[in-house]
Amino acid sequence: MDLSAINPVLLIASLMVAATPLLLAAIGELVVERAGVLNLGVEGMMIIGAIAGFAISVETTSPMLGLVAAMLAGAVLSLLFAFLTQFALANQVASGLALTLFGLGLSALMGQSYVGIKPPAMAKLDIPVLSDIPVLGPILFSHDPVLYLGIALTGAVYWFLKKSRGGLILRAVGESHDAAHALGYNVIRVRILAIMFGGACAGLGGAYISLIRVPQWTEGMTAGIGWIALALVVFASWKPWRVLLGAYLFGGINVLQLNLQAAGIAIPVEYLAMSPYLITILVLVIMSADKSGAPASLGRTFHASQ
Amino acid sequence: MIALEKRPTPSRALSLSTPLIAVIITMIMGGLLFSVLGKNPIEAIRTIFWDPVFGEFAFYYRPQLLVKAAPLVLIAIGLSLGFKAGIWNIGAEGQYIMGAICGAAVGLAFYPTESRLIFPLMIIAGALGGWAWGMIPALLKVRFGTNEILVSLMLVYVADQLLASMSLGLLRNPEGMGFPGSRNFSDFPAGSSWINEAAGLHWGMAFAFIAVIFSYILLNRHILGFNIRLTGEAPRAARFAGVNPTRLILFCLGTSGALAGLAGFFEVTGPSGQINIDFASGYGFTAIIVAFLGRLHPVGILLAALLMALTYVGGDLAQGNLGLPSAAIQVFQGMLLFFLLALDLLTNYRVVLKSKGAA
Repeated sequence: MDLSAINPVLLIASLMVAATPLLLAAIGELVVERAGVLNLGVEGMMIIGAIAGFAISVETTSPMLGLVAAMLAGAVLSLLFAFLTQFALANQVASGLALTLFGLGLSALMGQSYVGIKPPAMAKLDIPVLSDIPVLGPILFSHDPVLYLGIALTGAVYWFLKKSRGGLILRAVGESHDAAHALGYNVIRVRILAIMFGGACAGLGGAYISLIRVPQWTEGMTAGIGWIALALVVFASWKPWRVLLGAYLFGGINVLQLNLQAAGIAIPVEYLAMSPYLITILVLVIMSADKSGAPASLGRTFHASQ
Repeated sequence: MIALEKRPTPSRALSLSTPLIAVIITMIMGGLLFSVLGKNPIEAIRTIFWDPVFGEFAFYYRPQLLVKAAPLVLIAIGLSLGFKAGIWNIGAEGQYIMGAICGAAVGLAFYPTESRLIFPLMIIAGALGGWAWGMIPALLKVRFGTNEILVSLMLVYVADQLLASMSLGLLRNPEGMGFPGSRNFSDFPAGSSWINEAAGLHWGMAFAFIAVIFSYILLNRHILGFNIRLTGEAPRAARFAGVNPTRLILFCLGTSGALAGLAGFFEVTGPSGQINIDFASGYGFTAIIVAFLGRLHPVGILLAALLMALTYVGGDLAQGNLGLPSAAIQVFQGMLLFFLLALDLLTNYRVVLKSKGAA
């Protein structure tokens, strides 16, 4: 084993890359859950985003178009969930599962001809001057634009939920849909918009994996990141900045275990590979004691007649 | 203007017929999907749904249906108990893997001893393996209030890695010339789950039937089954009636884990034959669709599992004959769950036409 082969600067830089898909998916799901909807289809929307983004950017040779397509694909798929839960009043847990099963199947079908292809590379946003600073430069100022977008999105969501009128309405809908309805707000419309935002974020997160992090297409490549994103929202007590913190923590664990695998540590590869999932469970256990942050109407079906 | 009006009680006729309607709509939409893929939709649907049962080679495919349906029935029966009570075990795939690993490990420990006692011991080990894996989310939920959905799902990925580790390490066939995977149970009659391999019968089918009967009796004739249904339909009433939620959670997750473990065990010692990296085949997730398609009712689950087995067997056939990609079948199964959930609306609500402003 040679731990000195692990370069801390590269480690932190790749940690930020590993955390970004998680961050994007989780920040989207956070908004959905703050509106009182539990969408368990994150994994499905991510993988659809991953293949849609990959396919479009290979066909058009433009990674940017691919990212846009991924957001659209995620949002369109989430509309299926919105229809089931908001109009057909179906159980949210079952509908979310359906979304994931369907998304995994559909992505495998769409991706058949894209296995083994390299997507066009995304240019890094080397910020002049700043990226030349030793140590801090490569860690903070030499990444792809989506990574910065993820951080900006966290700030935007924080501002929206905390400071804007729209955010107030969204939170009201999530805390008590009956009261929000009585005040004259359109509960269904607010929720559908939130679900679509969540879908677009998950799609973007998926495309980040297939276009920037890996970059390649393999079947089922999201490998549970969508589910970890769901756990992350619980970890964060439904607060945006804590999602960012949690995503970096999980990204760090993942990068570290990959580095340890590469460094040839004595622990077998399989046990290292299961560590992110075990740590997710551990974190869920620790955070579950405090449910005060959970929106009161989370997972409940709304119908104006009731 | 179209509006929804809640029915005083769910419509029984619609509750029974919506799965059928959902299957028909899925066939139509599936046909469209197949034609988009450049296949003749009618031929594809016929290959999947008709040929395995009534076609020229049906004598070969009919036993295959039972082989595929048995694990689905076992897992879905277990899941349905929890789903009825609002306890969501979606990690059956992990419990299935653990049951297979534990059962197979006990059997392989005795290799090559031949004794009638080995197989029952293996069954117990398989059930215990699944049970223990199901008890992890159960205990965490009752002790710490942890979400069982996320924990049970995370454990699928953990079980997957354990499976890889076992097939490359502890359980690897010492005479396998370095290839991954355990000894094959077809070389070990005392540990094989086949009753009659030529006829395609294995003990998993017998256990699936027993599970259906037991679950029917439990849900309809036993206080525990009543408590499960009560908790799902009226949690507050259940609390006032003195139902102990802790016991219910432990029972539902434990039972579904044990049944999924059994399913994995019978699969590994019969149709699959050995512990290997690619042993997990998604039965644990398909069983979720089976449970809903069967309306969480034991007999319904039996029928739904046979139908889902048909899509597997027919899907393989269509893959061979028509070059239909296997992922298309997965999409097909996912669509089925969508339509089912959407049509559920009609069971609980009535669609009425209202003049605007009357409300």
